[in-house]
Amino acid sequence: MRKVATVVALGSALALTFATLPAQAQSTLDAVKSKGFVQCGVNTGLAGFSQPDSKGEWKGLDVDLCRAVAAAVFGDAAKVRYTPLTAQQRFTALQSGEIDILSRNTTWTLSRDTSLGLNFAGVIYYDGQGFMVPKKLNVKSAKQLNGATVCVQPGTTTELNLADYFRANNMTFKPVVIEKLEEVTNAFFAGRCDVYTTDVSGLVSTRGSRAPNPADYLILPEVISKEPLGPVVRHGDDKWFDIVKWTLFAMIEAEEMGLSSANIDKMAGDKNPGIQRFVGTNGDLGKMLGLDAKWSYNIVKQVGNYGESFDRNLKPLGFERGINAQWTKGGLMYAPPMR
Amino acid sequence: MQLSLRDARFRALVFQVVALGAVLTALAYLVSNTVTNLEARKIASGFGFLAREAGFAIGETTFIAYNAADTYLRALAVGLANTFRVALLGVVLATIVGTIVGLARLSPNWLVSRLATLYVEVLRNVPLLVQLFFWYAMISENLPGPRAALKPLPGVFLSNRGIALPTLVTESAHAWIFGAFVLGLLLAWRIAVWARRRQARTGRQFHAFWAGLAISVGLPLVVFVGAGAPFKLQVPALAGFNFSGGATLTPEFAALLAGLTIYTAAFVAEIVRAGVLAVQRGQFEAANALGLHRGLTMRLVVLPQALRVIVPPLTSQYLNLTKNSSLAVAIGYPDIVSIANTAINQTGQAIEGIAIIMAVYLTISLSISAFMNWYNRRVALKGARA
Repeated sequence: MRKVATVVALGSALALTFATLPAQAQSTLDAVKSKGFVQCGVNTGLAGFSQPDSKGEWKGLDVDLCRAVAAAVFGDAAKVRYTPLTAQQRFTALQSGEIDILSRNTTWTLSRDTSLGLNFAGVIYYDGQGFMVPKKLNVKSAKQLNGATVCVQPGTTTELNLADYFRANNMTFKPVVIEKLEEVTNAFFAGRCDVYTTDVSGLVSTRGSRAPNPADYLILPEVISKEPLGPVVRHGDDKWFDIVKWTLFAMIEAEEMGLSSANIDKMAGDKNPGIQRFVGTNGDLGKMLGLDAKWSYNIVKQVGNYGESFDRNLKPLGFERGINAQWTKGGLMYAPPMR
Repeated sequence: MQLSLRDARFRALVFQVVALGAVLTALAYLVSNTVTNLEARKIASGFGFLAREAGFAIGETTFIAYNAADTYLRALAVGLANTFRVALLGVVLATIVGTIVGLARLSPNWLVSRLATLYVEVLRNVPLLVQLFFWYAMISENLPGPRAALKPLPGVFLSNRGIALPTLVTESAHAWIFGAFVLGLLLAWRIAVWARRRQARTGRQFHAFWAGLAISVGLPLVVFVGAGAPFKLQVPALAGFNFSGGATLTPEFAALLAGLTIYTAAFVAEIVRAGVLAVQRGQFEAANALGLHRGLTMRLVVLPQALRVIVPPLTSQYLNLTKNSSLAVAIGYPDIVSIANTAINQTGQAIEGIAIIMAVYLTISLSISAFMNWYNRRVALKGARA
């Protein structure tokens, strides 16, 4: 009888152990520090935003944001590991904690910000959705696309805008929906579709890097949506949210102040109090974020300011600054005061 | 039974209770943990999203009309119908191709049997996903665009948008013709039953098959001619970007169907071959000694015995084919997984979406199993343990 009691006690203890094991809500910053690197979710290969180069090193605007966060947290921009994600995998990967930051040309929308349990840490690129067609179709406007077959990636705002646009204009279309970027662009360039649609930045990048002959393809003038792309973190960890948000702002602010990776060492001695605060000689901005005083210096020194990253990654593909210029130059890039 | 662990029956009971308790506890923990985490992270949950507008378009639909203004539930139903369509056709075609290849491998003809061997060995050893990419690339890269479509037959267009086929313009007479066909089938079945009973009673044979064929084809033909031969085709024509009119078999569907059929047929072929080889040599010889010719030997002696061996593994292949149809995602065929994935991504409700996918495949697979088990009991030796 005693043995029975032992077994029962053991069973209930087991049950208790399991039941009293709540999901430990460790802060993301602590978790990142203890594992020694930032796990960053990026695109599987979108030239200019995130793509591995011939040496297998990830390059791009979205990648630079990950490197900047690593520079801010560790003082070493190389302490990043990348998880290439398709459009459909990205949110689950972030929600489940597989990655710390999602920096993968992701559009900021209300429903994603709320019901997906995510927070958008600012806008790294202001984009809009466009259409690309082969020139030989002789199409000059998106209004002429009635009846067209359209290649699109699933699980994107693009897919929804596309349906909205054709409905609003009383036109019909046949979608060909393929998950992998490589497969969907292959299908388009093979002629399976008349039209390929995604954010204009994606169209420019795809045309420049994947088209057999870029001159054969035309991006139609209509931009049918607003697509503010930005890095994303999980709801409920404000400290980490602040770090990612202010890392992006630091890159933007550095450009406005004229600080770049080339001149920041020289400028660090400047008497301008704004620069003194930025490089960490004065004030304790780093401490407020829970980071080293030199966090923003490290970002600019190792990764560069926003403009440098843009010029390095996007300019060679034919991107213009456009609305992504500094607010002082008529664009939308505007960082709140760093004080 | 004594209340002591020395007692074997009591011990067994205790272990079972403990095991069951552990499983239930683990399950309860997982569920409560998930719910807590969902709430903590403010992630929406529940099946309410099914009634919301889906907002995305679907490339091809089977039986169910759909547009972007319909609900997620309807979108999922479209995906389910698409899965059924490719799985059903795949099972039928794989059985036919597999049986032919399997019998060909047993052929005394050297060339035929070697070709069949080659087919089986190559196709079952290349991963299905690779084969799907291969077929899809063959269609979308090698065929010309719609404006330069190939015309293998009048009214049939082959392009990288798929195969455009003419369709029959339906008229009221066609319902009567179909009715006549069904009536013919019923009559043919009655004749077959009558012929079998008469043969059992008197030993006299009757060509029930040919009589049945004549009735089931002849009857609708008479109605067709009687109604003035209504036969008008809607031929696809190039309009704007694409063909309109007629029916289109999309490259995605064609590639998926080809891949699933050809891959699964290689396995079916081996099952058929094994089944025929399992019938003892003496059975062939005995049938010969009774004076049955080759066809009758196959139909009356070999196949009924072979089927007993064939049916159970064949069931597994049917299940595999159905589940493999979820690879459709890779080449853009809108099956249930593809649609559910999109729904997951647009709503962020991964747990519900995955639950739906699992429930769907479980239901389909268990239905196929139930049907095949019923069929297996019919062909199994009476009194044998299934």
